[in-house]
Amino acid sequence: MSADVKKRVEGITRESTQAMIDKALEIYPEKARKKREPHLAPNDPEATSACVKSNRKTIPGVMSARGCAYAGAKGVVWGPIRDMAHISHGPVGCGWYSWGTRRNLMSGVNGVSNFAMQMTSDFQEKDIVYGGDKKLATLLRETKELFPLAKGISVLSECPVGLIGDDINSVARTMSKELDLPVFPCNCEGFRGVSQSLGHHISNDTIRDYVIETREFTEPAGPYDIALIGDYNIGGDVWSVKPLLEECGLNVKASWTGDGQIEQIAATHQVKLNVIHCYRSMNYMARVMEEKYKIPWLELNFFGPTKIKASLRKLAEHFDDNIKRKVEAAIAKYDPEMQKVIAEYRPRLEGKKVMLYVGGLRPRHTVSAYEDLGMQVVGSGYEFAHNDDYERTAPEMPEATVIYDDVSEYELEQFVHTLKPDLVGSGIKEKYLLQKMGIPFRQMHSWDYSGPYHGYMGFPVFARDIDMAVNSPTWKLVKAPF
Amino acid sequence: MSNDLGLPVKPVTEISLEDETRISAWINTEDYKLKNFARTALVVNPAHACQPLGAYLAAAGFEGTLPFVHGAQGCTSYYRSTFNRHFREPSPAVSSSMTEDGAVFGGQNNLHEGLENAYTLYKPKMIAVFTSCMPEVIGDDLRSFIGNARQKGCIPKDFLLPFANTPSFSGSHVHGYDSMLMAILQTLTEGKAVEGRCTGKLNFIAGFDANTGNYREYKKIFELFDIPYTFLADITETFDSPNDGTYRTYPGGTSLLEAGDSINGKATVTVGPFATSKTFVWLKEQYAGEHVSMPMPMGIAKTDAFLMKLSELFGKPVPEELKAERGRAVDAMTDAQQYMHGKKFAVYGDSDYLLGYVSFLLEMGAVPRHILCSKGSKKLERELHALLEASPFGKDSQVYMNKDLWHLRSLVMTDMVDGIIGDTHGKQVARDAKIPLFRFGFPIFDRVNLHRRPIVGYQGTINMLTEICNKFIDIVDETCDNRHFEIMR
Repeated sequence: MSADVKKRVEGITRESTQAMIDKALEIYPEKARKKREPHLAPNDPEATSACVKSNRKTIPGVMSARGCAYAGAKGVVWGPIRDMAHISHGPVGCGWYSWGTRRNLMSGVNGVSNFAMQMTSDFQEKDIVYGGDKKLATLLRETKELFPLAKGISVLSECPVGLIGDDINSVARTMSKELDLPVFPCNCEGFRGVSQSLGHHISNDTIRDYVIETREFTEPAGPYDIALIGDYNIGGDVWSVKPLLEECGLNVKASWTGDGQIEQIAATHQVKLNVIHCYRSMNYMARVMEEKYKIPWLELNFFGPTKIKASLRKLAEHFDDNIKRKVEAAIAKYDPEMQKVIAEYRPRLEGKKVMLYVGGLRPRHTVSAYEDLGMQVVGSGYEFAHNDDYERTAPEMPEATVIYDDVSEYELEQFVHTLKPDLVGSGIKEKYLLQKMGIPFRQMHSWDYSGPYHGYMGFPVFARDIDMAVNSPTWKLVKAPF
Repeated sequence: MSNDLGLPVKPVTEISLEDETRISAWINTEDYKLKNFARTALVVNPAHACQPLGAYLAAAGFEGTLPFVHGAQGCTSYYRSTFNRHFREPSPAVSSSMTEDGAVFGGQNNLHEGLENAYTLYKPKMIAVFTSCMPEVIGDDLRSFIGNARQKGCIPKDFLLPFANTPSFSGSHVHGYDSMLMAILQTLTEGKAVEGRCTGKLNFIAGFDANTGNYREYKKIFELFDIPYTFLADITETFDSPNDGTYRTYPGGTSLLEAGDSINGKATVTVGPFATSKTFVWLKEQYAGEHVSMPMPMGIAKTDAFLMKLSELFGKPVPEELKAERGRAVDAMTDAQQYMHGKKFAVYGDSDYLLGYVSFLLEMGAVPRHILCSKGSKKLERELHALLEASPFGKDSQVYMNKDLWHLRSLVMTDMVDGIIGDTHGKQVARDAKIPLFRFGFPIFDRVNLHRRPIVGYQGTINMLTEICNKFIDIVDETCDNRHFEIMR
């Protein structure tokens, strides 16, 4: 869609959207309403600043989908690194709940060369009283002994660790030397910050302080060396994008962090370009590498053929004619296949309305993929975004559609009642609520146990899944004939 | 060098195939098992969650009740998504969303603001407050905070607001269930005891049981007996509600009035002795009528005992329909015994479930070879040994208390069994050992509708053995050579 033709949705105006927002807020107590108001607004595609406030504290007692800093560290940044042990340091729960629940797939052998497991120090009362540093040291020795191929250990602090004044940083330093194995201390206690987002930032800082530049690639640097940043291999996304980039002549030296390897990550300061997918969770390190090592970075969108094509061409501009030729060849090879996919599904999806509420990059990056299928996104928002995410969202979304930040379950329900979408794409906590309302739903964090959705391998899967959700005959059975 | 660990810069290496093969073999050995069992600090793949999860399940079992987690907000999202995944149902709960300033000033302001908002927005009849780590570490005083909330008018003065301290660094989800259930019953029954009154009803508690099929099975039994009952902490409709196009925040749960009157009951029975030990001690003091704490009715003997107890308590004979069902279950067992007899199992789970699995396996002539509880007790150990000693099929069993699923892996790989009874988290061990996993416990994240099929009572016994025997037969069909592929099995 060209910039001069504004995307519009029939029946949606600034006034209608504002009226819907005002109505949803009526029920709140005065103080809470004042706090929530700035987080909900009609979209202005041409605005230069974000239309909603974001990255603020969640209002207590309001059903929010947000997680915590630990969730951002364990679930997002560290967890997907496959060849390291990740210790959930503190009581048993946090690691148990986040055990295998993000779908960041990984290569290797479980317990041998990948560690998609729940490793924890399982704090007891006595650890709270006397501190857990000694236990941590013992635990690190045991980890090295039982998992000798692990290339490092991350120590991810849960709430009590920061509250009782343990010094995991000092333990990590001592034990790294004793074990001759990097131990990365990540002070990501769940009470820090307002959402997962600070966990991403803290984890990026840990990578900056302890990981980057500690390794060097053995083979000589090449002109096409890049790193894939912020792709977490949900349902195998990296395994779709990486071969595509390689087919375009690029040399993907490291994957951050989906199916990632810590030593490749540690040597990423040697690449020529960082290709970033999830800006929210990884822009910090992209900026650090830009400043410190002069590595440029590029934010790309691999959802749906329109954006994939544009992204590949944007990427080619950073390289020579060799790459440009290969990029065009890849587009020429795959785009017609994607048009066939569209020809199959679009007739069944044309004009259908979608609402999104996700995290990271998806509330903006997937908009165009739905549009490729003839659908319209009529509302979008993020759990833990910042201003810059909303700035990037505005031009993607149609005029005056509702934008919601840290939307409460109550608000989302009200918006859905008004907008009557044909599909909602959100998370597990929203899924069954919407389905009870008879509304088709896809989990857009986990690809609903499907995937990949990224790249040319992903789009046919995405299209099939969306069609399957929207056009399932089961929805017609919800209303009984009696 | 930029890093802060003081390690020298090294070249990038990869894990070699040779190393991967070598260690893959090593972790299956006796040598590895010894090292694995020598662990004192590291816990790998524990089969238990933390207290607040259990508190949530108890709270979700009451009419119009909003679970409210006092603590940092991520905890609530974890509990909610766990139940979403297991039941494939909505799972509402709120948090007081404590942050750094809570560490300095305490959580009272968050709790007050949270109570006011939750009360206004979600219109609950009761809010059940329980804690995650943060307020427990900093020492928040829930009783006075809640008293102050009433004084300030955040909630009406007489609003039902039970609360429980459920620190995650002590016990497990089972203990959180116990504490919350007791707090709820204390709140609801306060001042409700009437001298000489008897509701004539059975009060029933299922314990930490996340199988809605079990709840329906218990109800079926009470109805066949024609015993009037109050099912306390009844999650049946909360986590198995119909899809009719309308979302309801509170689709079910025990009536609060009935729960209040339960203190005047004729008899109170819990089949979760480990999940309700505190509650039971309290209600024995407070509740009228008789009090019974007995094992979950899994398998024939434990179901027999359960039915005989109901019969005795209410002076009613065991209904003909249940006698016939017993006969059908025994018929199913004798028909299928050859597929399970002598088969060896590794079993793990919560204490109450574990006793049921073992009892059922022994009845089938199967061997519960490795029995593991990742949050066990001496009492459980004693009870397991008593079961095992009473059966010739229990003589080769070993009981492991406070061990995790990485220990279980070592046990299975060095002393192979035919199947594992557990939950979704056992699937990696089952895959490595190339044996089936029977998902009878909690959580089940990777199969549909298993939480809807009962495993208690005679019907539950039929369900368990059907699933196990057919899987063993499937394996024969899938793995036998052509000459041995047969129509009949």
